[in-house]
Amino acid sequence: MLRDITLGQYYQTDSVIHRLDPRVKLVTTICFIVSLFVVDNFIGYLIAGVFLAVVIKLSKVPLKYMLRGMKSIVFLLLIAVVFNLFLTPGEAVVTFWKIKITMEGIRQAVFMAIRLVFLIIGSSVMTLTTTPNNLTDGMEKLLGPLKIFKVPVHEIAMMMSIALRFIPILLEETDKIMKAQIARGADFESGNLIKKAKSLVPLLVPLFISAFRRANDLAMAMEARCYRGGEHRTKMKPLIYKKRDGLAYGVVVCYLTLCIVVGRGFI
Amino acid sequence: MGIIEAKNLVFEYIRRDEEGNVEGITRAIDDIDIDIKQGDFVAILGHNGSGKSTLAKHMNAIHYPTEGTVWVDGKDTSDDANLWDIRQEAGMVFQNPDNQIIGQVVEEDVGFGPENLGVPTAEIWQRVDESLKAVGMYEFRKHSPNKLSGGQKQRVSIAGVIAMHPKCIVLDEPTAMLDPNGRKEVIRAVRALNDVERITIILITHYMEEIIHADKVFVMDKGKIAMEGTPREIFSQVEKLKELRLDVPQVTLLAHELRKSGLDIPKGILTCEELAAALGLPKNK
Repeated sequence: MLRDITLGQYYQTDSVIHRLDPRVKLVTTICFIVSLFVVDNFIGYLIAGVFLAVVIKLSKVPLKYMLRGMKSIVFLLLIAVVFNLFLTPGEAVVTFWKIKITMEGIRQAVFMAIRLVFLIIGSSVMTLTTTPNNLTDGMEKLLGPLKIFKVPVHEIAMMMSIALRFIPILLEETDKIMKAQIARGADFESGNLIKKAKSLVPLLVPLFISAFRRANDLAMAMEARCYRGGEHRTKMKPLIYKKRDGLAYGVVVCYLTLCIVVGRGFI
Repeated sequence: MGIIEAKNLVFEYIRRDEEGNVEGITRAIDDIDIDIKQGDFVAILGHNGSGKSTLAKHMNAIHYPTEGTVWVDGKDTSDDANLWDIRQEAGMVFQNPDNQIIGQVVEEDVGFGPENLGVPTAEIWQRVDESLKAVGMYEFRKHSPNKLSGGQKQRVSIAGVIAMHPKCIVLDEPTAMLDPNGRKEVIRAVRALNDVERITIILITHYMEEIIHADKVFVMDKGKIAMEGTPREIFSQVEKLKELRLDVPQVTLLAHELRKSGLDIPKGILTCEELAAALGLPKNK
């Protein structure tokens, strides 16, 4: 039931991409997104497309999982395309009534669509091949240098991983409270929006109380197990770069250079 | 001096109103002396509000004494310099299994304690494997804690404590939220730790069946130690236990009633086999 929900959208399989260090994947995703906005010709997008296709092929994740994320942005995509198509000034190709479609508009619209689609697919490759846990670890390590600016990097990462651990528990609790309130005659279904929102109060109040109680218990349990922040702490699963990670960084650097050189029309 | 010793221990909960004025003081622990020997299996009994959980929290330096002193392995708990040593030496397992598991994978949770202690990576893995084997949860090491039963979760919590290599483990009603099978699992694991690893166990509970194997039992009432002795000594005083609103195991109660109605059987019977032998019944299954 609720306990079986998978968080994020991790797809369990064994591939080169899965085995890469989460830091590599985070950096690659950022580089990929940057490359999408640097590039402004078709060859550039072709390179990005080929790169993405190769990564997807290597990750062994079925394509339909990648495309699942697209559903949520169809609307956004449509708006972006329509605006670019009709509102870009330039030489008109088609004109009817007050609306004109320009060559530049078509170009912009197509590029925008490609950008958005690649962006979503690119970032889902990362979330599909990395466990939330690993991602948190990677982020903690990557943001490590921010510690000199007093950013509580370890604490943020710890909060994220505790949140991830408690989401299924709190979901189940919500379900339980909901059933208990329904048994007492609460009605969560009928009425207009305001009435529905009001009917959530008897659900949210007990949920918050219970969440605070859990937080209190957990804090005590953590202290009892000698937790005292990130200092002097060792890692059970430390992130260590392997040969393949270095290789991956190399590939990413090559890709980014290629994108800038070709995609910007320097050649 | 034993592994845990308390002298004239007093603890008061202070209730304050919204402005911070003292509204009332509840004396949860009232002048307790306790001495627990290394390697013992000690049970602390008491009904709700008798102060037993509060006492447990003193053994891990979660609470500090209002008056008196608590020593864990010779170290004063009210001295901040000893805090982390004490928490490493006296591990604590709490009641709600969900609220004390931090990791998203069983092995990561067990590794949490050693990570905090700064144990090197290779040794963490060794400790995690050992601890999970000690409680019989090794084959679940890659599972998510959310998919385990209550008894299994509680055993993971115990493993998490063992991985810190404590000298004693304080279990604060570890079975209160479990079903009978889960209870048996947990108690079996705890007894094994005491027998095999010679770790001192302090088990706080209100299930009488769980304490018959203890070396020593303390019964608490209104913040004081009301009774003290071996399980047999405690259970031979059925009337007094009833006064303290505690149940005795069913066999003990039956033996007590039989004795009262004139049968010649000894006091303080703890198991069915003992009762059968006392009644001169043949041994059968």
